[in-house]
Amino acid sequence: MQLKIITLGILTCLFLNCSSDDNTGYEPISAPLEIPQLFSNNILSPVIPTDNPQTMEGVALGKKLFFDKILSENGTQACASCHNPQNAFSDNTPTSNGIDGVFGIRNAMPLFNLAWNYGERFTWDGKELSLERQALEPIQNPNELHSDWANVVDRLQSHPEYPELFRLAFKTSTITKELTTKAIAQFERTLISANSKFDRYSMGEASLTPQELNGLNLFLREDKGDCFHCHGNPNNPLWTDNIFHNNGLDSTFEDLGLGAVTGDPTDNGKFKTPSLRNLAFTAPYMHDGRFDTLDEVINHYSEGLQNSPTIDPLMKKIDEGGVQLSEQEKADLKAFLLTLSDPSFINNQDF
Amino acid sequence: MRSIYLFLILALYSFTSCSDDNGDMQSESASTTLKFTHNWNGELVTSSDFNTVQYTNQNGEMLSIERLRYLISDITFTNADSEDIILDVYNVVDVTNDNGLSYTPTTEIPVGTYSNVSFTFGFDNEDNSENYLDLNSASFNVPDMLGGGYHYMQFDGKYLDSNSNEQGFNYHTIRAVDNPGMNPTFPQDTFFTVNLGQVVIDNNTVIEVEANLAEWFKSPNLWDLNIYNTVLMPNSSAQIMMYENGQTVFSLSETAE
Repeated sequence: MQLKIITLGILTCLFLNCSSDDNTGYEPISAPLEIPQLFSNNILSPVIPTDNPQTMEGVALGKKLFFDKILSENGTQACASCHNPQNAFSDNTPTSNGIDGVFGIRNAMPLFNLAWNYGERFTWDGKELSLERQALEPIQNPNELHSDWANVVDRLQSHPEYPELFRLAFKTSTITKELTTKAIAQFERTLISANSKFDRYSMGEASLTPQELNGLNLFLREDKGDCFHCHGNPNNPLWTDNIFHNNGLDSTFEDLGLGAVTGDPTDNGKFKTPSLRNLAFTAPYMHDGRFDTLDEVINHYSEGLQNSPTIDPLMKKIDEGGVQLSEQEKADLKAFLLTLSDPSFINNQDF
Repeated sequence: MRSIYLFLILALYSFTSCSDDNGDMQSESASTTLKFTHNWNGELVTSSDFNTVQYTNQNGEMLSIERLRYLISDITFTNADSEDIILDVYNVVDVTNDNGLSYTPTTEIPVGTYSNVSFTFGFDNEDNSENYLDLNSASFNVPDMLGGGYHYMQFDGKYLDSNSNEQGFNYHTIRAVDNPGMNPTFPQDTFFTVNLGQVVIDNNTVIEVEANLAEWFKSPNLWDLNIYNTVLMPNSSAQIMMYENGQTVFSLSETAE
């Protein structure tokens, strides 16, 4: 009898030592997103996957991973290399340089308010169907971090700190790519921008100049800018519809955008509507970063539209190249657009 | 206010049904579903038919549909005594994304025969003045200088002009508005009631509502897309014509369990 008990005890010890799961009853600390009042007043709640709730430890781990070059094959780049906080987590080049010196074909999308993407299609072409899944791709993309996930997991597992950080976040120190991307997604969901001048204006805490107000008027006028049908309005502080449009950049397409994902030729040339928040920090613009300045963007919609079979019917006066704004109107529209930028976001020490 | 009204009516129904010898109305209630189908003069239209120029309107212009979503609200059941059960609800029928094509209000309806079932196309002015998080999230708003509130419908597509070139159209219906700006005025209401006629509500009744999209372009205003194509929101005359044409778009198809 004693022998059996001793044997059982040894086996139990062996099991506990070998297991990386935390069976102590420890639970990560829940850390729900702090939803800005402007958002809760106007739009639906953010999308948080039930299998990846926000926790303090998960967010902290995700932040460390986001800025850690360990995710790249040669240890030279991190997520933040192309998603720079000072650029509202975008890049300041048209496309981004990967670890091998190869540039991709798309502009790095800025990262904020991602939990309010209700359709959960991410990236310019909508290829990624959740934040967690999105984070899988750039780590192994040859034009980006160019790692092998198995190697990444090995590096993290052998790291002096990460196994413990994963245990704290997910109650296991056995690291997987799924847990790695879950942590990154948790961090990305905390990147909330809701403190622009226009946000404060909406909350009655700031006023706009006559020029900015005129720009808003142009933005909302169907016979002028008609920007609001795709980019939303003061009742939707996201400033994007988060869906896909052909906005008349090209008459033929080298990059099919959504069409390459769906295989539907009627989706060719369609790309996600980017948010107009933080434009002051996210140049260059468009999916391929073709426009260096906001002036170029406005000129495009005013007189630079290119017709094609899939151009969105919301694009007006295509035969004339666009909506034909005067120079003053363009200046006013730009002034309004810049009120949507949020300096406190790029200087937030939590990020 | 509406909810209280609905509650009182439902309570009245429950009370009278129990003591009523008329077998038409019983105390039993059932869920009811509105199912929306779309056609072009009888030819079924679904999202899979979008993006192809294949429909011809009454004025002879060929057109495609690229985006179609519209709002219905205040579903109302009227009994033989002209008493109304008004469901203070709304639903966006998003044909593009196949959402909201079938809508089952949470409130159950006493079974029986109703002389009319109706709904509002769009929002009445009271409902239109409220703040809806889901509609804001879907960017369905109308700018404040056009009176605010919400679109009743966004119907976008392309038509072939006289040179057979594709041109966009945005057949967007809203509350008709004049004097856009700080103090817009409203020449007339442009939401309207769709009366479906008599419906028998039994267990889990499905009321199929057919929308013949060609009617938007037909009568009483023959719609010329070469004239009325885009920037129709601030055009109150166009809004009133759309309101008039919309009267014949919807009809009851059949009621089936």
